[in-house]
Amino acid sequence: MILHPGVLALLAGSLLVSALLVASAWNGLVILRRWDLSSGSAVQLALERRTYLVSTIVGYVLAFELVSLFLYVYTADALAPMFTGAMCAAGTLAANGWGYPVLVLRLANFVLAGLWLVVNRADTLGHDYPLVRPKYALLLALAPLVLAEAVLQARFFLALEPEVITSCCGSLFSRGGPSAVGAGLAALPAAPLGVALYATAGAAGGAGAALGRWGRGGAGVALAVLLGVAAALALVAGLAALVTWVSPYVYELPTHRCPFCLLQAEYGWIGYPLYGTLLGGAVCGMGAGVLVPARRVPSLAAAVPALQRRLAIAAAALFGLFAALVSWKVLASHLAA
Amino acid sequence: MRTWLERQRYVVDFTLSSLARRKGKNLALLAVYALVVFSLASVLFFAHALRHESRAVLRDAPELLVQRVVAGRHDLLPQAWVATVAGIRGVSGARGRLWGYYFDPPSRANYTVMVPERFWGAKGQLVIGAGVARARGAAPGDQFPLKAADGTYLTLVVREVIPAESELVSADLLLVGEEDFRTLFDVAPGTFTDVAVSVRNAKEVQTVAGKVTRLLPSARPITRSEIVRTYDSILDWRSGLVVVVLAGALLAFVIVAWDKASGLSAEEKREIGILKAIGWETSDVLLMKVWEGAVVSLAAFAVGVLGAYAHVFLGDVALLAPVLRGWSTLYPAFRLVPSVDPYQVATLFFLTVVPYTVATVVPCWRAATIDPDSVMRT
Amino acid sequence: MIELRNVRKVFNEGRPDELTAVDGVSLAIAPRTVTVLRGPSGSGKTSLLSLIGAMARPTSGRIVVDGREITSLPERFLTDVRRRTFGFVFQQGNLVRGVTTLENVMLPAYPLGEPRPALLARARGLLEMLDLGHRLRSRAEWLSGGEAQRAAIARALVNAPKVIIADEPTAHLDTKLTREFMEIVARLKAEGKTIVIASHDPIVCDDPVVDRAVGMRDGRLDGDGA
Repeated sequence: MILHPGVLALLAGSLLVSALLVASAWNGLVILRRWDLSSGSAVQLALERRTYLVSTIVGYVLAFELVSLFLYVYTADALAPMFTGAMCAAGTLAANGWGYPVLVLRLANFVLAGLWLVVNRADTLGHDYPLVRPKYALLLALAPLVLAEAVLQARFFLALEPEVITSCCGSLFSRGGPSAVGAGLAALPAAPLGVALYATAGAAGGAGAALGRWGRGGAGVALAVLLGVAAALALVAGLAALVTWVSPYVYELPTHRCPFCLLQAEYGWIGYPLYGTLLGGAVCGMGAGVLVPARRVPSLAAAVPALQRRLAIAAAALFGLFAALVSWKVLASHLAA
Repeated sequence: MRTWLERQRYVVDFTLSSLARRKGKNLALLAVYALVVFSLASVLFFAHALRHESRAVLRDAPELLVQRVVAGRHDLLPQAWVATVAGIRGVSGARGRLWGYYFDPPSRANYTVMVPERFWGAKGQLVIGAGVARARGAAPGDQFPLKAADGTYLTLVVREVIPAESELVSADLLLVGEEDFRTLFDVAPGTFTDVAVSVRNAKEVQTVAGKVTRLLPSARPITRSEIVRTYDSILDWRSGLVVVVLAGALLAFVIVAWDKASGLSAEEKREIGILKAIGWETSDVLLMKVWEGAVVSLAAFAVGVLGAYAHVFLGDVALLAPVLRGWSTLYPAFRLVPSVDPYQVATLFFLTVVPYTVATVVPCWRAATIDPDSVMRT
Repeated sequence: MIELRNVRKVFNEGRPDELTAVDGVSLAIAPRTVTVLRGPSGSGKTSLLSLIGAMARPTSGRIVVDGREITSLPERFLTDVRRRTFGFVFQQGNLVRGVTTLENVMLPAYPLGEPRPALLARARGLLEMLDLGHRLRSRAEWLSGGEAQRAAIARALVNAPKVIIADEPTAHLDTKLTREFMEIVARLKAEGKTIVIASHDPIVCDDPVVDRAVGMRDGRLDGDGA
């Protein structure tokens, strides 16, 4: 096993956080079973107090997932010299079968935690805790995923052997490359993915802006659903397009298709704002969509549309910024000429 | 939005004044926290700086080294090998090198003796490293006797001392001319220690190494990237080891943090009770606690990191040197080039702030859920 | 204004040390009146006060404040109602030590995120109205008993509540200060506030400004007195 401080930090951090979350999910289970708002008994009061603890913890989990996503990539990058053939994080993650699944799980958990916080926020707006059941059901789904992520990550790092010959992003993300996912991504033609990026981000941004301005009544529901779906699609299309279409422009090299080198200093750390706006926009957009069923709850009838509008405006702004950054990078690149 | 900002300002204000009201307890925690950050940061900075140095040094090293192995041990190789290697396609240059180790009984140290590509001294002269100069008390112009392989003494004159800036690699170095080298170690003309090979295209190095093995079966090629990787591994492994050892200290710190967070003094409980009674909600008190944790963490982090920076780059790593340098009677006295990686700072953050936050989250919540009417009941 | 219907409060329910602090109390408090809860310690006064003031939830029964039922409101909303409707004065002033008088008075408004200049002006005004203008920057622990009590009243008034609740406010005050306190109560009543006081001090209970005195014993009310 590689005794690298970054590895130790990730393993310890993941372990702690997943332990906390599993404990919270257990609490969630207790809350689900014994919740009775009309009772003023001590048990009910204690349960209500517990909800504060759970939402604080999930907030921390979200922050952790976001930061550790980048730390994970960075550690993989730092370990790259130990593997023949690896020149950046892409190679390290490909060194055994667990590297990429952990990355995908991390992304999924970040999105899920973000959605949970959106639902939690909506719940606090109603004076009768209307969304308690769906909220804690979602938590029961999130906790095992975070635990799985911690376990798989441990397996990944424990199974890493420095002499293993792996591939670099050049071959991973090219046709006929050794990785099925990477080659699959690369096999998708680049230009249509670029179109897909703009289409989905545009749809999401447009729906967001529309919902922000005219979000009342039936139109509001339709727009919110559209926004949610578009945001989810934009996340997938955006990520795929970043790898296959956008990154060659940033690196000014048609064969260099790598999702990780964008985060390096030599490319101006452009990866951070790109991924940040994409992820942020996706969570806000999907959050607005997820809240649609909540509009029917009487105690939330006024509050949820307002929350959805705010989320929609945020999503529109973030997707707009994302599209602008992508356009800037593509147009200003020497490759475009 | 404005309301939200004002609320944060008010809460931070109150948090700071509340921390100041319990200076003793908070300073003690801060000191321990900062110490933990300091220790971890020192290790990480030191290892990173060494890695940085070794990379810089190895940048000019030959892409490939070819050695001869006889009965599993490194042996001298004949001139013909240099020609063979030079003839391989992709090799832009091959040079036979002469170097070895000399054990010096008076100073009980091993010196590295080397013939540089172009020795600028005359026969009978040598250039010594700063560490050697210190160990033997030698200065330019002095006589420097060396015991040759045949038992006689070969006296060379010190021409100059290598400047201290490059001590990391040159502290124990003796540079001599080829003739003196061969006399000293009784190495026959036409034999060399190894072959330094430059390969034009970095991607070809592995292929060339393969060809060398095929043409010269008893040869052992060593690529530069392998050397870099080995250094990295050792540094990582050693610093990882220290981090694991410090895990004990980290655990103790976490327990202290948890204890402090849960052990609210009567005064603190009263204060929170008053806040709850006059209209602060649980989430408001939680916010205050979160800010408390943030302020303490940031302060400890800043102090610890700055202290470690000073310790490693200005204070010559006085406390950690033995662990990471290994055994050697000749310690190079060098100044590390200050280089800090944001990635390291992030790792540090993870190793310290995350455990602290996790340890304090439940006690903070407990404090925040004090009954509003607790003040009325005392 | 405030109505309690058959309210019960039980602590440690189901355990051996179960305690019924309030046992089936029904009470209506009219606006712009001064009500006094009389009774020995252990009678449940404090628990009843905390229920009236939306500080705690009853185990059973209903509470209506200003036309809105607050019985099963979760803590977040209960606190919001409490902040806007009630101001509390406690036995010993209960100011935060180490903090100035002025800041103590502003504390209840912090979570509401009001711009600071407006809040400062209001707090200053309140303190001056209660003759504490010269003690703005003094630390709370340096105030005398009477001054601390007045500062506590100022703090209770900072969010412009409709109801003031006081729990044994004169327990540590001498006769002169107690009468001064009742004068302030009269002033507040004239301004249109509703006041509920729990006290066994005869000077308080017999003061002419009191509209209604309710006796309490063992968690139950024992009859009215005017």
